[in-house]
Amino acid sequence: MDTNQIKETIEMISEENLDIRTITMGISLLDCIGENTAATAAAITRKITTKAAHLVEVANAIESEYGIPIVNKRISVTPVALLAGQDPHPDFVLLAKTLDEAAKAVGVDLIGGFSALVENGCTQADLALMHAIPEALASTERVCSSVNVGSTRAGLNMDAVALMGQVVKEVAAIKPENAMKLVVFANAVEDNPFMAGAFWGVSEGDCAVNTGVSGPGVVQRALAQHPDAPFQEICEVIKQTAFKVARMGQFVGQQAAERLGVPFNIVDLSLAPTPAEGDSVAQILETLGLSHVGTPGTTAALALLNDAVKKGGIMACERVGGLSGAFIPVSEDANMIQAAAAGQINLEKLEAMTAVCSVGLDMIAIPGATPATTIAGMIADEAAIGMINNKTTAVRVIPVPGKTVGESIEFGGLFGRAPIMAVNDGDASVLIGRGGRIPAPLHSFKN
Amino acid sequence: MKVIVTVIGTDKVGIIAAVTAALAKEDVNILDVSQTIMQGAFTMMLLAQLPATSDFAAFKAAMAQTGSEIGVTIQVARQEIFTAMHQL
Repeated sequence: MDTNQIKETIEMISEENLDIRTITMGISLLDCIGENTAATAAAITRKITTKAAHLVEVANAIESEYGIPIVNKRISVTPVALLAGQDPHPDFVLLAKTLDEAAKAVGVDLIGGFSALVENGCTQADLALMHAIPEALASTERVCSSVNVGSTRAGLNMDAVALMGQVVKEVAAIKPENAMKLVVFANAVEDNPFMAGAFWGVSEGDCAVNTGVSGPGVVQRALAQHPDAPFQEICEVIKQTAFKVARMGQFVGQQAAERLGVPFNIVDLSLAPTPAEGDSVAQILETLGLSHVGTPGTTAALALLNDAVKKGGIMACERVGGLSGAFIPVSEDANMIQAAAAGQINLEKLEAMTAVCSVGLDMIAIPGATPATTIAGMIADEAAIGMINNKTTAVRVIPVPGKTVGESIEFGGLFGRAPIMAVNDGDASVLIGRGGRIPAPLHSFKN
Repeated sequence: MKVIVTVIGTDKVGIIAAVTAALAKEDVNILDVSQTIMQGAFTMMLLAQLPATSDFAAFKAAMAQTGSEIGVTIQVARQEIFTAMHQL
């Protein structure tokens, strides 16, 4: 019995907010495609309520037995646009409601996969799903939606980018909180366990368990003990801490998979903040020696952090996947909220930061009057960063109707508060209006 | 099932007696004990073996109850999590 190790584990959990951020069960719905939407919906209900029947119960038992909090229990499913089958007029809102009801029946917090993958082009079903997103998110509580508009191999589908600019506006016009449940991706990954961007890719198996770890507080506390250390020592501290955090993800995932009788898929090594005190990624950057997040030097500090977390975590897990990087959502990070409210960080700096970490412009409230073409421009910029840098990028912005810079919006709980951030008032409408596609970059031609 | 029982609180007479009595009542065998005063706080860790028939949730609740009766915090977690975190 090594009492120091036991004490360290207990302190990480009780004082430094170490938790398993999510256990996400991926469920393929390809075998649910029926003759029409109603038949598909019935099969979806059966499959989800069977496969995930014990998910929450198992997660709660693991939490109790091992003393590690498991904050979210979630489900990701096959991108719903692929489930239209032969139905010429698929009712995607019905499928969204079906997912919502199934999620409620098994007691999971969120269900992701109201999604379309359109980086190469849109089918009729893809278009129908994208147009259905505002109503689907407005008529459900737990459904999350994502659309992949570009990739390094395919380039950017600029028609889809333009459309998603409008969709984001429409979603937020009904209720701004709904925009929290919509992510526009480039290079989306098929095994991401984190919401709102989780879906279960078609190349995945029938059903498996994924875990997403967290623990910014653990990293920050460890770094605070080395105020004058050079970078190489800082990297060692982060790696060692990330290893321990990732081991928890591996252990809990294995336990859950074994008890549920399904394979264990991946651990997502992400540092995911919450607005709780001491659970902030921005605070880690500040501990590294910045007066506030957003100061010159922030991107370099984040690059170091992101890389060291991966290097420490990869050794700890059988298989790593998902997004695996530091998240920088504005409204879900106390120190980020503070910097944004004080005008110490802006959208342009956040965009630069997304070039070196996962995932993108995340949980950012912007003025409600921001034109759809400007939002499309933001999506295009992020997607271009992802495409050129071979990484996942995303946009999850919330245009808050009737509000402007200086005001803020409260989401409550894990979702925090978002100060409305200023958006450059230039006009991108001609660029976005061109339509067509931006070709894949030269370095995508690898064969 | 092997569990780690941690007892943390202000030092006073009778903590070990009360905790071990509670464990004996639950038919739990103590395999290893470590006790120290850390930064003024009484800190005890026990490695214990639960009988196969034991109800973990009930045992955990009983220990928490004992803790509140004597004014200390008693936590119980299965032992594997501690080795999983620190060892490959």
